[in-house]
Amino acid sequence: MSSETIESRKTYLNAFNICAGMIVLIGLFVTFLRFTGGLAKVTNLSNYNPWGIWIGFDLLAGVALAAGGYVTSAAVYIFGMKKYHSAVRPAVLTGFLGYSLVVIALSYDVGRPWRLPYPFIIQQGTTSLLFEVAACVALYLTVLFLEFSPAALEWLGLKKARSLAVKLTMVLTIFGVILSTLHQSSLGALFLIVPSKLHPLWYSPYLPIFFFVSSIIAGLSMVIFESSLSHKHFAYKMDETHLKEKDDITLGFGKAASLVLAGYFTIKVIGVSVANNWSLIATPYGLWFLVEMLGFVALPCFLYAIGVREKKVTLIRWTALWTVIGIVVNRLNISLVAFNWHLPSSERYFPHWMEIVISVFLLTVGIIAFRFIVTKMPILYEHPEYKDEH
Amino acid sequence: MSRRKFLGLAGAAGASALIGSSAHSASNKHFEGYPNSFGVLHDITLCVGCRSCEAACNRVNELPQPDVSFSDVSVLEQKRRTSSDAFTVVNKHANLKNSKVPIFNKIQCNHCLEPACASVCFVKAFKKTEQGPVLYDPSVCVGCRYCMVACPFDIPTYEYDKAFTPRVRKCTLCYPRIIEGLLPGCVESCPTGALKFGKRDDLIKIARDRISKKPEKYIEHIYGEHEMGGTSWLYLSGVPFKQLGMREDLGIKPAPEYTAGALSGVPIVVGLWPVLLTGIYAMTKRKEKVADLEKKECVKEAIEKEKADANAKLAKAMEKAETDKKTAIDKAVKKALEEASKAKVEG
Repeated sequence: MSSETIESRKTYLNAFNICAGMIVLIGLFVTFLRFTGGLAKVTNLSNYNPWGIWIGFDLLAGVALAAGGYVTSAAVYIFGMKKYHSAVRPAVLTGFLGYSLVVIALSYDVGRPWRLPYPFIIQQGTTSLLFEVAACVALYLTVLFLEFSPAALEWLGLKKARSLAVKLTMVLTIFGVILSTLHQSSLGALFLIVPSKLHPLWYSPYLPIFFFVSSIIAGLSMVIFESSLSHKHFAYKMDETHLKEKDDITLGFGKAASLVLAGYFTIKVIGVSVANNWSLIATPYGLWFLVEMLGFVALPCFLYAIGVREKKVTLIRWTALWTVIGIVVNRLNISLVAFNWHLPSSERYFPHWMEIVISVFLLTVGIIAFRFIVTKMPILYEHPEYKDEH
Repeated sequence: MSRRKFLGLAGAAGASALIGSSAHSASNKHFEGYPNSFGVLHDITLCVGCRSCEAACNRVNELPQPDVSFSDVSVLEQKRRTSSDAFTVVNKHANLKNSKVPIFNKIQCNHCLEPACASVCFVKAFKKTEQGPVLYDPSVCVGCRYCMVACPFDIPTYEYDKAFTPRVRKCTLCYPRIIEGLLPGCVESCPTGALKFGKRDDLIKIARDRISKKPEKYIEHIYGEHEMGGTSWLYLSGVPFKQLGMREDLGIKPAPEYTAGALSGVPIVVGLWPVLLTGIYAMTKRKEKVADLEKKECVKEAIEKEKADANAKLAKAMEKAETDKKTAIDKAVKKALEEASKAKVEG
């Protein structure tokens, strides 16, 4: 069995590569259609529904799930939780790849992607929350690139550049937290302008705070989820420290996630109370709101707590996956399900299969890139030449 | 560049992002619209659904010919909205007061005094002109379609079928015509006088006049006077606007006010976070340093104690050794003496 795996790794003809290869081929075909035939060719977007899953899933959920980078580096470098140090590099890498994919996804979605630098070089629409999002994402992508660069430079053997990059760690971490606070919250603030279109149970003046707090949950859960996957598939790459700290990270991050989920639940309840929207709970949308609040906020909050209390690492890992799904549900609810809720169903949006293909395609590209980097660069282990330098 | 200087610049950038804004809500002044700006008063009670306005709009904007001719009123049986090929459409609504006489209502861009589309555009592709029209500049548009998301009236449309030059499309209030002193196409072509072009202030007076002269004919509401902070298009109706598919729950707050709070949070975060985070970092460092010092102190103490213990032990051992030695010597001497005396006795 094991010799077979090694063999197939050598020939590159394993199930993963065949599957990924097919998705990439279909994705490239749809990409061709998109950029030659326009958005109408591959999407179900309409004049009533200008934003579909490329914004709801790829941008809104994508950015939230890439929050592990700032959450982990803040915990380790600013709050001095050194026992989670081995989680920093995988988290920063996931963040960097996540944000890169967000930008790629955006160039599918906007009409004229080659103009994406226009908000910075032509004229600045500073009254737009989207400008803030664009500016922060562009800057934060740079920060993540720099935060990630020590690993790449160690791989390339460029010692001087690497030591310079390491010296910047603290400043970059603080920058990362500022930029993340701003753009994670402004993604929620994008919807402040549409009180008449977003269902009152989801619309709130606190949307920016909801988005910021839930991004911390998303970041923590993604680190747990991603580390358990890495451990399953790349354990042979991990060094002793990583293997030893793995359970610490799961327990510690699970505890934090449970606490933040409890806080999030509370501020959501405050949101409904301030707007006095309780009567809407007894409507179909209200039931769906309850599913989100109880099923994807309260439930993982308890499961995390139980997992941490009983030291059940497996339970925490499954809860992390459930929470990640919950974040996606929340972002899709705001951008698609509860958006335009007043319109008749004939005027509502449902994604075209080719839109889903592109989202899956980009996700696959991300996984391939992650696989490539962790097998080549010192992400899951410390480079032997740079031990004890942190 | 020093850290202080850099942070100062970063803060200034955040602040200037707000100062440079054209959102009037960023100040505490109430913006009532540009003085002497134009608008159109649509008296819905006079509209007969002839679609002349649609035809004129198509002609003056050089839009593609529709499949169904403008003289065919059968399209009124379906609910329609604006599209990239039709900047205005007329819809037929049932009249609850008199079912024999349906009500017709024309929709197009309302040209808000403080437009949501302009406030959310991140390249300033939209502009509220002093004359009244809200204009769109396709030469900077990135095609993010946030304007369409933001518009409370669902007006802007998009050329989804164009691969390279998709534009947002909407009514321009015939800006090129009105600056030449001509009437907007739709107004010019209206055979019943349902549309009246003029200065917005005058139109509001006319509308009030009509309501007060025929209170039985009109409901007492000029739609657009205050909706979303006011619009350049104004409407008079004999039935509640809600029955005509016009939203009455939009409120009177101009769109930019909804985002003003979130925007003003930016400089606060940029200013406060570095202080807070550096503080936490310094505290963590200090804690570590103190812990480290304490550890060292402890180790030192332990070593000293160990040393003292060892010394004491050593001294004791030495003492013991000394006594042992003395005893041994004594013993040896005694033995020697004994042996000597023995020898003497024997000898």
